[in-house]
Amino acid sequence: MNVNVGIDIGSTTVKIVVVRDGEIIHKHYERHFSKVREKAVELVQNAREAIGSDAELRCAITGSAGLGVAKAADIDFVQEVFATRKAVGVHVPQADVVIELGGEDAKIVFLSGQLEERMNGSCAGGTGAFIDQMAVLLDVTPGELDNLAQHAERIYTIASRCGVFAKSDIQPLLNDGARKEDVAASIFQAVVNQTVAGLAQGREIKGDVLFLGGPLFFFKGLQHRFQETLGLDDAHAHFPDLAPFAIAAGAAEYAKDTQKTYTVDSLLAALERAADAPVVANYLPPLFENEQQYEEFKHRHGVHDVMTQNVTMYEGDAYLGIDCGSTTTKLVLIGADHQILFHHYQSNKGNPADVIREQLTRLYELCGDRVHIVSSAVTGYGEALIQHAFGVDFGLVETVAHFRAARHFCPDVDFIIDIGGQDIKCFKIRNKCIDNISLNEACSSGCGSFIETFARSMGYSIEEFCKLGLFAKHPIDLGSRCTVFMNSSVKQAQKDGAGIDAISAGLSVSVVKNALYKVIRAHSPDDLGEHIVVQGGTFLNDAILRSFEQEIGRNVTRPAISGLMGAYGAALHAKDNRPAQTTLVGPDVLASFLHTVKSARCGLCENHCSLTINDFGGGRRYISGNRCERPLGGTKKADLPNLYQWKLEKLKSYGAPSGNPHPIATLGLPFGLNFYELTPFWTTFLRTLGFETVLSDVSTRDMYMKGQHSIPSDTVCYPAKLMHGHIENLLDKGVDAIFYPCMTYNLDEGRATNCYNCPVVAYYPELLHANVAALADFDFMMPYFELADHKRFVQQAAKYFCGKYPQLKKKQVAAAAAAAYQELDDYYAQVRLEGQKAIAYADTHGLDIAVIAGRPYHVDPEINHGIDQLIASFGLVIVSEDAVWQLAEEPKVHVLNQWTYHSRMYGAAKYVTQKENAQLIQLVSFGCGIDAITTDEVRAICENGGKIYTQLKIDEISNLGAAKIRIRSMLAAVEEGRKLAEQQHSEQHAG
Amino acid sequence: MQNNNIPNSTQADSAAEYKLPQFTEEMRKDYTILVPNMLPVQLGLMCRLMKNFGYNMELLHTEGPNIAEQGLRNVHNDTCYPALLVIGQLMDAIESGKYDVHKIALILPQTGGGCRASNYIHLMRKALVKNGYGFIPVISLNFAGLESDANPGFKLTKTMVIQIAYTLMIGDLIMMVANQCRPYEVVPGSTDKAIEICMKAVTTRFTGDRSVHYREVKHLYQYVLTVFGKVKLDKSKKKKLVGIVGEIYVKFSPLGNNRLEEFLLSEGCEPVLPGLVDFCMYSIYNSVIDHELYGRSAARAAIFKIVYQFLLGKQADIIKLMKKDGHFRAPMPFEEVRKNAQGIIGQGVKMGEGWLLPAEMVELINEGVNNIVCTQPFGCLPNHIAGKGMIRKIREVYPQANIVAVDYDPGASKINQENRIKLMLSSAE
Repeated sequence: MNVNVGIDIGSTTVKIVVVRDGEIIHKHYERHFSKVREKAVELVQNAREAIGSDAELRCAITGSAGLGVAKAADIDFVQEVFATRKAVGVHVPQADVVIELGGEDAKIVFLSGQLEERMNGSCAGGTGAFIDQMAVLLDVTPGELDNLAQHAERIYTIASRCGVFAKSDIQPLLNDGARKEDVAASIFQAVVNQTVAGLAQGREIKGDVLFLGGPLFFFKGLQHRFQETLGLDDAHAHFPDLAPFAIAAGAAEYAKDTQKTYTVDSLLAALERAADAPVVANYLPPLFENEQQYEEFKHRHGVHDVMTQNVTMYEGDAYLGIDCGSTTTKLVLIGADHQILFHHYQSNKGNPADVIREQLTRLYELCGDRVHIVSSAVTGYGEALIQHAFGVDFGLVETVAHFRAARHFCPDVDFIIDIGGQDIKCFKIRNKCIDNISLNEACSSGCGSFIETFARSMGYSIEEFCKLGLFAKHPIDLGSRCTVFMNSSVKQAQKDGAGIDAISAGLSVSVVKNALYKVIRAHSPDDLGEHIVVQGGTFLNDAILRSFEQEIGRNVTRPAISGLMGAYGAALHAKDNRPAQTTLVGPDVLASFLHTVKSARCGLCENHCSLTINDFGGGRRYISGNRCERPLGGTKKADLPNLYQWKLEKLKSYGAPSGNPHPIATLGLPFGLNFYELTPFWTTFLRTLGFETVLSDVSTRDMYMKGQHSIPSDTVCYPAKLMHGHIENLLDKGVDAIFYPCMTYNLDEGRATNCYNCPVVAYYPELLHANVAALADFDFMMPYFELADHKRFVQQAAKYFCGKYPQLKKKQVAAAAAAAYQELDDYYAQVRLEGQKAIAYADTHGLDIAVIAGRPYHVDPEINHGIDQLIASFGLVIVSEDAVWQLAEEPKVHVLNQWTYHSRMYGAAKYVTQKENAQLIQLVSFGCGIDAITTDEVRAICENGGKIYTQLKIDEISNLGAAKIRIRSMLAAVEEGRKLAEQQHSEQHAG
Repeated sequence: MQNNNIPNSTQADSAAEYKLPQFTEEMRKDYTILVPNMLPVQLGLMCRLMKNFGYNMELLHTEGPNIAEQGLRNVHNDTCYPALLVIGQLMDAIESGKYDVHKIALILPQTGGGCRASNYIHLMRKALVKNGYGFIPVISLNFAGLESDANPGFKLTKTMVIQIAYTLMIGDLIMMVANQCRPYEVVPGSTDKAIEICMKAVTTRFTGDRSVHYREVKHLYQYVLTVFGKVKLDKSKKKKLVGIVGEIYVKFSPLGNNRLEEFLLSEGCEPVLPGLVDFCMYSIYNSVIDHELYGRSAARAAIFKIVYQFLLGKQADIIKLMKKDGHFRAPMPFEEVRKNAQGIIGQGVKMGEGWLLPAEMVELINEGVNNIVCTQPFGCLPNHIAGKGMIRKIREVYPQANIVAVDYDPGASKINQENRIKLMLSSAE
């Protein structure tokens, strides 16, 4: 008799498979809730009957959390992908490709052809755990999520790179009232896209595909999305019953060839021994040494309370504030003395409108005839939706609401940090005006809800979970990066045997460190300010508050209504700005309130935005998803000058056919990266030489998807990734060759120490050539050129072109180059002229100017996602950095200024500081390493010149929610600053 | 911390008035120059040698989480990991209390290339100012002529450059043979002992500010081979050869790569690292290429070609000696390594490790080292192209290649990295 046991200890579950003489006789899995060793012991005990007490057995452990246990127990360990391969070989031998999704890992194994195995990198978010998190977000069980997905009508674009990004895409969809069914299916599609983009990386998934792991076994919706995306029929897509146990089965297979033998009892003994193994990890000091310390802490924070009065006892006018956040909805009603008459805090369960209708109805009942709601204001993610649904008087951006509330508790406040469910906001107050806003970048968002989801996945409520950490002796150091990284740090801690209390405390510290070092980038407490107000639901947890105080080494103010500050601020705002007659819907309208949601595709322009139309009855409608004002109907705003639009049209115009009847060849130029600057040059140069040139189309999401499969590095910036689609697009157009030169050096504009391109812009053709299979036997022209020196360029270009096309003479090359340089100069001159015109327009019409500082290719609408139009919708004139940098003298910078495009941004920033009505907005592509250097410098130039610095990070996510908050906060701050200056001015005159 | 040079030094914006403090002639007497630990052997040797020229240099051997923490606190978090660690390690040392902060200077290498690495020194200075240490001089170590007047007290002289060059050659040799001994040593620690013996021998031979005779250098080559030849090895058990290539800092620095070499040793592998001199020769040859591709200065190209040829000659001597000695695998002549890149990547790719990276992978494969770990900091710009971007192509040409790309950053957990490497090892033959 031959018994082999495989134990797979994954990030969330433990699986066991017992094989006797090649037959699986026992299989079982259970969630381990981080009690890895105990669960493994339990599972082996349960298998005793199947194995038989005296049977001799061999055993191997596998799985991401299994290594520690295996080492401590001295049991053989087998790498999990290796185990997968073993299992497949025995159980499903015809498979060409295996896709395996686990709790947090995703793997792909290519079996036919050259064997290749890949696991998700550190940036690719979880899969099973990700689906669980998303289910929590939708307030359904994972099973229900699957049911919902099967009734989907449409798929929304949800970022596929990692869980946190997807989450920030889903939240606004829910808040804007998208159907849960559609969102559910979109979540599964995001998982599919992640697998295809992140793992397959250039290799096509075809033939017999075997799908393994729990999620792919249990979720029919996910199976469906995979089949559809990969174009697999039922005969080629395999979803075996073995799916959840495949790796454990592989481990059992591996165990066959190991040396050590056990009985059930000796195996148990080995595992038990492991449970006592010493724990090795990095520890942090405890949050509280003892109970007494905690009591003092509680007492100190007890004083920042707010007066309350029962709404049923009050008579008179009242003011309503609503904070419709990403995960929770808060309502506050205040009276004449700012006392809270009524408050409510509730998870919005994916539909905030319902929550507000309920609460408002209840509130009207409580008010009766005694209390009159005379003014109302709403803030937060769902602001627009709620304002339209209920006729709320004011909508204000959440930063302004929070500042209003903080000022109430601490008039001298100079720093506010708010950690909410999904976002961290913090801002400095300078001259009683919001200054320097930091929002968490997409990559570290989700901190509050992360800890909540984490707590739930471990079977605790968030309060319980955080409390566990208060007295942990040795909190685990989990690092300070985005939550996806935290997941794997927790995994490591679990592996090392850390207890739940240590993990809880460690997570609290991580959330705080994340906020401090990642978002605020604080260096010392003095960087923050003297009077710090902390707020947001997350700070209600004493463990997090304590970590914060410990980390900055200073006491802070936490208002007792920490979680209600947004709503309280809104209520104060409503009170400050009481209208003559409130537009808030009354009880009668509320009674017949009916909220229906429809989705539609806008047909008014080529953007074809996906619209979500909310109808609330009584003619109240709210449309979201639009990038411009057109689908909203009504009066159309005058088209303001927008250099981004102008540049795009201008550059596109170089793609018009030249009409040359006998070109030497038709060359395709990919319209991306530095072609957004050099198209005038290259088209003129090549056409003068006798070629026809064809530009690839303007980027679209579909184009990206078409080229996605050949992207080898999933952390490179989105503008670079798009190039793969442009190459496919040109190949489809049937060009004779593609011309895309490598350029180490950029043009020399005399302002930088050197004139490099960034490495990605410089050498991306090399990467395309090595990774796009179709280019192997295609004429892909990628000579190395430098344009900075006219004469040298002619020499090098002649060498290349006359060599490749002998009919061309050096003289022709020289003439073509002269024409090309002239065209480029003309283009620059026109950009500057248009810039001047736009500035003049703004000046004469009393408008503000937004100088968008980015790279030339940020003009690409698929890269900027219409941010220029969003900014323009607030009534700003849009000017690009290349139109203004030369208008200011060269600013002194404290870094090596050696990249041409980047040095323009320094000049643009300097210009903004010298122009009263200009504001700078820097666009930064996610993953742009060089902007890690430029952003601090651009910020310093702006702030030293008394301007607010605004940065917008962009990547493949097309949701502009966060961008909107920043822009509105910036505008509110600018306005506040002007009001203040005016006041001071008039006071001076009066005095 | 008090300082007299910079008013208002806690404010980052005060950098506007920041004047670079100089490392003066006088400071050479009693200042300690702190060196971040990038390559333990090569830099260790170099620091010892600098005494000959009147510089008191100290290579930092510090470790621990505080280094990354200091980095996170002082550098933009999206800056690459090496910057974070280098700056973190120096800040950690400054604040350790071990040094009189008014008697130290820092030195950082600067490549002058188009990648972010050229900016480390500026980020370091920003961090110093931010922390109130704006008075600490920072020296740029580069061969591109950057900041040549900034520090009058630190000058690369001809004798110095030659001594450094020879030291690096010997350092590379020591590292190479040590790596071939360590996995097989019968007496644990005997390899490290041999390293120490060799390093001492170098410092006792190279004394004073003088031109070293190449004869002496050749002697030392032989000495190293003899010393390591005596390390008792047990070659009965076959070990998997695993090459390490990648971004120069994470490739060599144990701090940067989570002790990758140690991990590979514990997995029963023999790590194989191409040397530092390769990187120097790559950088030098790029000036030749700049002339060929863009018609940039012919004179500069000619000079660098001479230097390149000179180094090639020295490398050839090492290879000859190693082959004669017969105990160890000799490296491939660099000219061949350079040609390896052809057919994989254009020779114009010169930022970061550029064409050298695929060239080294091919070198390893040609020497029978098919298992390769390609290391890079998370989001390393040049490695998108030259590292991860070329793996597919290399596999196409060399189907036996078994390459894994591993990213390093302060948040990445060791288990994730080790898992990826183990996966690669599991399909190693």
